[in-house]
Amino acid sequence: MSMQASSPPASTPLTLESPGARAWRRLKARPSALVALGVIVLLIAMAVFAPLIAPYDPIKQNYLLVRKAPSWLHWMGTDEVGRDLLARVIWGARASLSAGVISVGIALLIGVPLGLIAGYRGGWTDALISRFTDAMLACPFLILAIALAAFLGPSLGNAMIAIGITATPIFVRLTRGQTLAIKTEDYIEAARAVGNPVHRIALRHILPNVLPSLLVQATLTVATAIIAEASLSFLGLGQQPPLPSWGSMLNAAQRFLTNAPWMAVWPGLAIFVSVICFNLLGDGLRDALDPRSK
Amino acid sequence: MFTLISKRLIQLLPTVFFVSVIIFSLQHLLPGDPAMIMAGEDNDPAVIAQIRAQYHLDQPIPVQYLFWIKGVLSGNLGESMRLKVAVSELVTTKLPVTLQLAVMAMIIALVIGVGLGILSAVYKGRALDSLVNVLGLIGISTPNFWLGIMLIFLFSVELGWLPASGYVSPFEDFWQSMRTTIMPAFVLGNAIAGVLMRHTRGAMLQALSSDYVRTARAKGLLERVVVIKHAMRNALTPVITLGALEFGTLLSGAVLTEQIFTIPGFGKLIVDAVFNRDYAVVQGVVLVTASTYILLNLLADIGYILVNPRLRD
Amino acid sequence: MTPNWKTLLLTGCLVASAGLFGMGAASAQTNFKIGLAEDPDVLDPSLARSYVGRIVFASLCDKLFDIDDKLNIVPQLALSSTVSADGKEMVIKLRPDVKFHDGEPMDAEAVRFSLDRHLNMPGSFRKPELGAVSEIVVVDPLTVKLVLKSPFSPLLAQLTDRAGMIVSPKAAKEAGDKFGQKPVCAGPFKFVERIQQDRIVLEKFADYWNKANIHFDKVTFTPIADSTVRLANLRSGQLDLIERTPATDIKEIKANPKLRLSSVVSLAYTGITMNIANKEAGKTGLGLDPRVRQALNFAIDRSAINEVVFNGEFMPGNQWINPENPYYQKSFPVTGRDVNKAKELLKAAGVKTPLAIDFMVPNNPEARSVAEVIQSMAAEAGFDFKIRVTEFATSLTQAEQGNYQAYLLNWSGRTDPDGNSYSFHACGQPLNYTGYCNKDVDALLAEARSKNGVAERKPVYEKITKIMQEEGGVLYLYHSKVLVAHSDKLDGYKQLADGLIRLTGAKLK
Repeated sequence: MSMQASSPPASTPLTLESPGARAWRRLKARPSALVALGVIVLLIAMAVFAPLIAPYDPIKQNYLLVRKAPSWLHWMGTDEVGRDLLARVIWGARASLSAGVISVGIALLIGVPLGLIAGYRGGWTDALISRFTDAMLACPFLILAIALAAFLGPSLGNAMIAIGITATPIFVRLTRGQTLAIKTEDYIEAARAVGNPVHRIALRHILPNVLPSLLVQATLTVATAIIAEASLSFLGLGQQPPLPSWGSMLNAAQRFLTNAPWMAVWPGLAIFVSVICFNLLGDGLRDALDPRSK
Repeated sequence: MFTLISKRLIQLLPTVFFVSVIIFSLQHLLPGDPAMIMAGEDNDPAVIAQIRAQYHLDQPIPVQYLFWIKGVLSGNLGESMRLKVAVSELVTTKLPVTLQLAVMAMIIALVIGVGLGILSAVYKGRALDSLVNVLGLIGISTPNFWLGIMLIFLFSVELGWLPASGYVSPFEDFWQSMRTTIMPAFVLGNAIAGVLMRHTRGAMLQALSSDYVRTARAKGLLERVVVIKHAMRNALTPVITLGALEFGTLLSGAVLTEQIFTIPGFGKLIVDAVFNRDYAVVQGVVLVTASTYILLNLLADIGYILVNPRLRD
Repeated sequence: MTPNWKTLLLTGCLVASAGLFGMGAASAQTNFKIGLAEDPDVLDPSLARSYVGRIVFASLCDKLFDIDDKLNIVPQLALSSTVSADGKEMVIKLRPDVKFHDGEPMDAEAVRFSLDRHLNMPGSFRKPELGAVSEIVVVDPLTVKLVLKSPFSPLLAQLTDRAGMIVSPKAAKEAGDKFGQKPVCAGPFKFVERIQQDRIVLEKFADYWNKANIHFDKVTFTPIADSTVRLANLRSGQLDLIERTPATDIKEIKANPKLRLSSVVSLAYTGITMNIANKEAGKTGLGLDPRVRQALNFAIDRSAINEVVFNGEFMPGNQWINPENPYYQKSFPVTGRDVNKAKELLKAAGVKTPLAIDFMVPNNPEARSVAEVIQSMAAEAGFDFKIRVTEFATSLTQAEQGNYQAYLLNWSGRTDPDGNSYSFHACGQPLNYTGYCNKDVDALLAEARSKNGVAERKPVYEKITKIMQEEGGVLYLYHSKVLVAHSDKLDGYKQLADGLIRLTGAKLK
């Protein structure tokens, strides 16, 4: 798994149409991104309303229905202790989606300020932050996440923190690059000349310009984070039983590949669909927010 | 040019230092005592104390770091506590396996990624373009470990065409070696192909709309010649740079894939070592792969500068 | 330009015959391929500690004694053993004309050297196993005398495992602590090569003392962690035998005409280790009152766990040895599930339900399924088990530190019942994670160590069992089976309860 920074050039603020409205207009012109957005909204609704939608209790075991193939009663079949897989896939959306979104939130919270400081201050501060970021990027992503998750102790929340920290360097790098490009612009120089304090310049003037590319990167990183959560749960370091997550369902399914293959198919498909939608949305946003395109 | 490269080289030193610190401290932050794991089921206190002393585990952590880094600087990566083998020996025996897998994955990624990328750029806006885009996205969006499981299920369990796992060296039996590595190589290559495809497409589109391509077209050259001779050559440089970076991540990033296909490479070595708290192995292997990654990064940068003279200043 | 058909034909014949000869040569050389569940650790009998390593040693290093299918101790490199009346001396007669893989003679001096190495080598894991031995005396070239600090009847059983493996003194002196990279022993096969995490290759030892019963030229061990993949390799013929097959795959193996299953109830047990007095965590939870632990016993349906998670293939149990073991106490049979009784016991103990329990579970899918079933069963009686999946390394430390209330723990089992009980229940012993301490139990465990034979020792163990059933800290759940699957061509293979793979007497049809 690699994380590639993708940065559209910083937008210039001088247009008649507001940037948000223009972006929405452009996004609407991309049906694939709209469909993806729709599916994401549906997935989120599924996660939020899981107790209402799920046909069964996701942790209710039934020893008479162990590893039964999909049927009219259990559309996706049952798992190794006779729980309904459809219910578990629906409930699993909670773990996977929140892991994706919250871990990226953590990465943004740590990464953006560091990137702003590095880009704005320059000098030793920049060198220190940048070299450390490089070092983190050079270490294998999953190994870092495994070590962090094991250190914090196994739980979904800790897995999110581990993924968030591991995903931070990419946002540091992106923010720093954009800050470097913008800080010599006239209006920033002007704001500085007027005597605005540093944090105000950073928040009021630089951040809004970095925001579009951050939004794009964040959307794409949610996709990566969902896979990362699945990988950690697959290794037993994420969601704790009996509550489901798609990754831990796959972990359980691996033993029954030959005699209950359906156990592996559904959670895998669920991960795939949500990841592809976040990727499509990210692509759409990138095009919509790129000031060079029309 | 020269100063730029030397400046980059100097920048590498603190990065490598930070890598060593990150890896070392993460290892030692982990709960769980390597001596207890080593001591096994019986958990005898005398044995545990003795292992602690033998591997300096009873020293404060900064002192342990100094012991380790002193060894590294004199070319000694330490010894695996679990296997009683020098880490450098483990690295040299695993490297060919991981390298073979990485090369095969890269070939698959380049053939699929660049090929489809060019096709979709040439047929921009048509059905083929959309199809290729979707394929690329599928490649990026499929979790590696799930794809691995599904491939094993299809080709090994159901059809029985390919061995489900294991590894055979190509020097021993070339054909069997290909059969054992093709599925993991595809799993790894498929993900990178998606990334390469998108970048190739972008770069090709830019090249196709550039002045020299327009000139070439105006000269009445065949479209095929324009695409292959003029556009492709220019578009491929950034793609190859990106490929170099992806290759670097492959060296250490194949963790779960190696786990699922039981390929005895770096990834499996690191994961086993992390779970067994075999500190020296984790530290040594990650240091090696991270340094390789950093070096490849540098080479890619230099290559980029070389082909883009404008960036030289 | 017509192709010269004669040349073509000739070449064809040559290629074909070369192929035939090649095949002929290949089938004359039998290479027996074994799939292991993990990569073994170092192959030095003094430094080794993994279960999977013992499987490799079974082909590589012979021991002074071995066990048979009835768990009797039988001589291997030894011929006989006699214990003095006071139980403080053991005289071992050795098998004559036995050679090590390097041609050196296996004699009393070699035995003295090996046992001394087990006892004194830095980092040796055999030290506690041979802890009772104070002196090793060479009586004559084929007789050794072990002098003991105090009578210790489990010693003979220790000599049936790694502590009884004899290594070539010459090779061990030369290699020092690197001996494990090229072990030299007196087993049926000698070491050829090892590629970490890939394979271990052994070849037939021409001067083996029992060579008439060895029918393979080569043995290759390949570690494959994933059980599905291991089975797939067996099915495709890339492996001849695989160990630790999941119980859920048994049906499939039995349905395949080309595969056979060798199974026997193992020496191992799986149980819930309950924190009684190991730091703070023992004060709330299951350590509150013996009745709380009895309530848990009645809340759990052992045969349902067996049916759901292991397809009914394992053996439910309630003691540290399985119900088929000669030491099993029939007066304490496995109790059935009784939720009402469990609720009454909880009420009698004055527990406010639901009683939250921090449940530490090792990180593997089977253990997780067992934990989930326990959680669901115990909930009906008024327990709230909170599962905490913990990787093995962390769980060991936390168990010792008392950082748990219940711990799903598997013990691989020892031939002698002492190995399944002493260190778990005696005060302050290394494996006593429960913190349980009862001087009466300590005295009884010591008494069992000083007596010889089932008839003398079983009554002592009965007393211990009675106390442990009432207030002990381990709730025994089930005994796994050794499940070894192999090709139908394998003939004469016998599976013993320790799970090791012994190739003596086995051949490919």
